[in-house]
Amino acid sequence: MHFGPHLLLATLEGLVTSAVLALTALGLSLVFGVMRIVNVAHGEFFMLGAVLAWAISTAISGHPALGFLAALVLAPLVVGAVALVAERLVLRRLNYNPEGTIVATIGMLYIIQQLALTFYGPEARPVEAPFSYRILLPWFGYSGYKLSVVAASAVLLVATWLVLTRTRVGLIMRATQYDSETAQAFGIPVDRVYGGVFALGAMLAAVAAVLIVPISQAHYLMGQDPLLLSFIVVIIGGLGSLRGTVVAAVLIGLSDGIISMFFSPTLAKIIATAAVALVLVFRPQGLFGTTPR
Amino acid sequence: MDKKPFDLSKSRLTRRTALKGLAAGAGLAAAPGFVRYAQAQSSAPIKIGFQSHRTGIGAAYGRWYEKTTAAAVKAINAAGGINGRPVEVVIEDDGTDPGRGAEVVGKFATQHKTDIVFGTLFSHVVIGSAPAAGEAKMPYFVVSEGHHVASTKLNRYVFQPGITDVKSQIQSMAPWIAANAGKKVTQIFPDFAFGYDHRDYLPPALKAQGADVIAQIAIPPTESSFTKYFPQIPAETEVIYHVMVGPAVLTFVKELGEFYGSNRPQLFGFIDSLEAVDINSPGLEFLDGSHFWEGSPRYAQADDSAAQKAYRAAVGIDDNGAAVGDPKDVSTAAHMFGCWETLYVVKKAMEDAGYKGPEDRAKLVEATEALTEFAEGPEHPQGPKTFNGKIHQCFGIQNISKVEGGKLKVVHKTKIEDGLYEPEGDYPKQAL
Repeated sequence: MHFGPHLLLATLEGLVTSAVLALTALGLSLVFGVMRIVNVAHGEFFMLGAVLAWAISTAISGHPALGFLAALVLAPLVVGAVALVAERLVLRRLNYNPEGTIVATIGMLYIIQQLALTFYGPEARPVEAPFSYRILLPWFGYSGYKLSVVAASAVLLVATWLVLTRTRVGLIMRATQYDSETAQAFGIPVDRVYGGVFALGAMLAAVAAVLIVPISQAHYLMGQDPLLLSFIVVIIGGLGSLRGTVVAAVLIGLSDGIISMFFSPTLAKIIATAAVALVLVFRPQGLFGTTPR
Repeated sequence: MDKKPFDLSKSRLTRRTALKGLAAGAGLAAAPGFVRYAQAQSSAPIKIGFQSHRTGIGAAYGRWYEKTTAAAVKAINAAGGINGRPVEVVIEDDGTDPGRGAEVVGKFATQHKTDIVFGTLFSHVVIGSAPAAGEAKMPYFVVSEGHHVASTKLNRYVFQPGITDVKSQIQSMAPWIAANAGKKVTQIFPDFAFGYDHRDYLPPALKAQGADVIAQIAIPPTESSFTKYFPQIPAETEVIYHVMVGPAVLTFVKELGEFYGSNRPQLFGFIDSLEAVDINSPGLEFLDGSHFWEGSPRYAQADDSAAQKAYRAAVGIDDNGAAVGDPKDVSTAAHMFGCWETLYVVKKAMEDAGYKGPEDRAKLVEATEALTEFAEGPEHPQGPKTFNGKIHQCFGIQNISKVEGGKLKVVHKTKIEDGLYEPEGDYPKQAL
């Protein structure tokens, strides 16, 4: 294959990775930015979204798009509810203590993973794509659905950005992130904001998973890679910075696509990890982050 | 053959006791079952430790290996068991992980005190567990397909009497590939032991037939996205020889279809790339007309023997190779027959050896090594086999099937002789 089409394919693949990664990492970043909690169970909310997408789409007969759309709406809601319950039952009782919550979310990771293994099973199960259109380029074919994932993710990112910057809910969240004590002094129910943010973070991961599951199937161990990559993205982009998260996700996704296609996937992972180390040494607050108060 | 709750609690108790460092006597007292069997060995069941891939990347195989094993044990017990003793299977999950695998073998040896260990598929687990089996002097019957047993790099306690190894499979099919599919071959294989057998043995086998491997692409078995590997396939490729394993095999084949569409090179795949996956899944239409290796055919064939029909009914798969009553639950038919056949080999060897209990394990090894042939029939429904006691490996026929009208139809069967090669070593020379 010639260089041009090769690069095009690499870019397309990279964009799909970026799109899913941006949504997942944004969830992680929000939770950290507002609550100062490192949510190690984030990848499991991603997995839960995919598994629920499978359950919902197989329960609904008829055109595959029906089941998929139902999953796109319902799966994040259920995952959000699970996250909310977990937040109320566990994180709040730990007073959002940074060290305590890390250990608690590690526990949540295993509980969710093992519950999925018990009730869903160890198989990888496919979810049918809502439509199967193959874009025929002169050099190779490409899945139309994959491109629609990129578009859907972009729309969701813009929507999240609008909510954060243009609505009262967003204002309250930003105020809590900026200084939770002062926010509380001004009558903001910080406790409820925390619950909402944790659920929202999990829902973003779940949406990303529902989008990706027609491409890569639901499996109970699928949460590990997204968790690792999300951490990489969030650290490079700057914890708590929406813009940084998106930029870093595109950066990591594209470099992953291009490097793994021209060289090797292992090298792509090495470079991403090395980038994290360099950022941590030379710019610990991330590319767009601000020093925490 | 599920583990009984009684066993479960027993094992938990024993482990805890051991952890606390209490004397072994206390452990035995807490587990009266062991004592009873030790006293009444003649009528006690023969215990087969089943190292199963219940979780991890081999889970689909593990489930069907368990079903096949349960069916075979039921049939063996209904016919009077082994040496008049019933067979009992104890299952431990190895998580498709080599480290866990070795632990499980140890657990069978010291805790469950099984007579043999059996049933492992994934080659890295076999390679990781074999030293533990050798150390415990525990006969270890694998159903793995890899060449590692026959390479004689493992040890005298490891056997593969129920399924042909990859080297032999490749050697017997290479002439067909070169003659019918094409001369310029690109290989896609999983980046671990099983894939390396394909990497190492296909090029010389094709070379002998005047064909060439022009590119080799290794993909980690845990990979979830594959399109990025496809540009490495050279444009002049005439045949893509693919063999993938792991939870994302469907994605692999689907993305191959998206990449090429109907304008594709010839495809020759090991059914591993689609084992436990419905070949009529959306997105797989492009496979029509392509060819697959199958150890045992997934779909019922017109010329199936009575033994094959009886075997399929006993295991509970329908004419499409899916579970009876659940057409979506597609089996791992191409491999799982090996469990059935291996158990009958174990039965034959134990009866030849006059096997009474773990003290006769060495006799069992020698009796297995003395076997030479398995005739086609209810005990060996996949077909006749020969067995080479020097390398602990059996040799059987292979099927090449074509995807036609949403089914796999066998178009070529190799002969046993096609797959024979010079032994690379001699296990019986090792001390027992």
